[in-house]
Amino acid sequence: MSATLTRTEAVEVRRTAEGLELELTGEWSVRALAPIEAALESIDVASAARIRIAAEGITALDLSGAWALSAFVRRARRAGAEVDFRGTPPDQLRLVDATLTEPAAAGEAELPAGRLAPTPPGDRALVAIGRYVVRSSQDLITGLAFFGRSCTTFVAGLARPWRLRPISIVRHVYDTGITAMPIVALIAFLISVILAYLSAQQLRGLGADIYVVDLVTIGVLRELGVLLTSIIVAGRSGSSFAAELGSMKLNEEVDALTATGADPIELLVVPRVLGLAIALPLLTVIADLIGLTGGALLCRYLLDMPLTQYVNRVNESISATTFWVGIIKAPVFALLIAFAGCYRGMQVRGSARELGHLVTVAVVQAIFLVILADALFAVLFMRMKI
Amino acid sequence: MEPVVEVRGLVNRFGRQVVHDGLDMEVNADEVFGIVGGSGSGKSVLLRTILGLQRPAAGTVRIHGSDITQLSEEQLRPIKARYGVAFQSGALYTGLTVLENVQLPMIEHLKLPPGALEGLALLKIRLVGLPADAAAKYPAQLSGGMVKRAAVARALALDPELLFLDEPTSGLDPVSAAAFDDLVVYLQQHLKLTIVMITHDLDSIFRTCNRVGVIVDKRMISGTLDRIIDDPNPWIQAYFHGERARARLGAAHGA
Repeated sequence: MSATLTRTEAVEVRRTAEGLELELTGEWSVRALAPIEAALESIDVASAARIRIAAEGITALDLSGAWALSAFVRRARRAGAEVDFRGTPPDQLRLVDATLTEPAAAGEAELPAGRLAPTPPGDRALVAIGRYVVRSSQDLITGLAFFGRSCTTFVAGLARPWRLRPISIVRHVYDTGITAMPIVALIAFLISVILAYLSAQQLRGLGADIYVVDLVTIGVLRELGVLLTSIIVAGRSGSSFAAELGSMKLNEEVDALTATGADPIELLVVPRVLGLAIALPLLTVIADLIGLTGGALLCRYLLDMPLTQYVNRVNESISATTFWVGIIKAPVFALLIAFAGCYRGMQVRGSARELGHLVTVAVVQAIFLVILADALFAVLFMRMKI
Repeated sequence: MEPVVEVRGLVNRFGRQVVHDGLDMEVNADEVFGIVGGSGSGKSVLLRTILGLQRPAAGTVRIHGSDITQLSEEQLRPIKARYGVAFQSGALYTGLTVLENVQLPMIEHLKLPPGALEGLALLKIRLVGLPADAAAKYPAQLSGGMVKRAAVARALALDPELLFLDEPTSGLDPVSAAAFDDLVVYLQQHLKLTIVMITHDLDSIFRTCNRVGVIVDKRMISGTLDRIIDDPNPWIQAYFHGERARARLGAAHGA
């Protein structure tokens, strides 16, 4: 006496006098698991005192299928039903049960301490702020320590210049400087054209065409040349420093250096910093030059200003310090960019995700520091009346 | 019965350097097949070719009967779902926990409810002999042996019939390596797996492999272990009868 209750591809459920009878059929594999799970889920185990399972009809049973069956049997037993098999239960089921009941199961009961005592929501914000402050101040301290260590390594290296790795420095001058020339030149050109065009539009109405030259010259030499070059270099080289050192950390190359008695700061950080400190001022000179050329072109074709007049006006508008005020900032910006990149790179520890995060942090901080330093320079120069 | 993996006339070259020149290989169902060869003999290139990571210059690679060198990425997907790979250094995704690592192939290939995903992943983690609390850990927090086991757990995520292991015991201490060999045998017997294993470890070969393929002179000499040991090829002789192998051979042959 039995009546079929439900029937799917995987399982047919019949009600008998004692309880339920399950006839399992078809392929019980990981690929067919979703409907099997759904079919088992829909069986009402609470109402049955006894469940008998016939598994002979299964054509293919893999570990995932066996897991689903095992989970069902456990659920039924928890609900108070008596579960048995018609014939022998499949081997895979025993394997699943044996695996899940092995002694390692002891670890499962332990929850991380944090999860047991949830903090109330009001405190949570406070805790988050506190954590952030502590973490930031620690970050600042370790950053300063890194900066200090690099400086002492550099000063120690001055006494023995061959330890400053001249070949490595040259490589970094090439990588960060020479290869950046086309993009720096292009950006400087475009920016000076934009600046000249914008000021020409405004000053023309006042008949003050000639001051376009002053604006372009002073703007490019004092601020824009060095600032834009630094921002491009921060994006190019700051990220490349962080990524290169970071993946060296992940690959344990930095540990290997330390283990052989070499100082990673001396070998990896100082040459990068010095290389960039040489390259960035040179790039700035190129940016200044191209910037003035761009201004000249625009004045020639938009304002019909002869080239000789442009050159004369440039000479009149600049003072002895104009060029140097710009260029003096370049090595400082270079240090900020190189340290941000190297420091963040050396912070990478465990994972690829961390690497990506720290490269982002390196670039953002490098650009931020450059702009902050530029603002401080502006105040300083104003006080000095330059 | 048709072989699970069948490589015929495989040619691989990089520029002028020829790595494989007419290599043949056959792996039958339910066996552990060991790939042996000197450093630079092209074991890893062979594995990469079989996995479809590298297009060969000539030759066919059949897995379950279909030639993967002729298939598109889309056609390869169902075949890839039927094998698992554990890479040499584990290649666990460092940004994910062990549990998430094991779940990833299931999420990619199947539509399962979250409960089943977690239960299945935990089962695989326990099956390879990892404690349950390893599931929540990140790869950086695991020991070398645990990383290798976690890599196998991920390779088993889709209940494959075929498992590739790339130097599974390299970098493990002898005790962990022996335990890993036991795991390989256990999995092979209980899950009816076909296992292809690249290895340098003589102990592993003797403990686990039914048949061995040795890459010498850009080709493969394969056969049962007893046959290979007696092969006259000088490299094979040096490999199986060298200083390090003799003790092991003595033990295996009861001499």
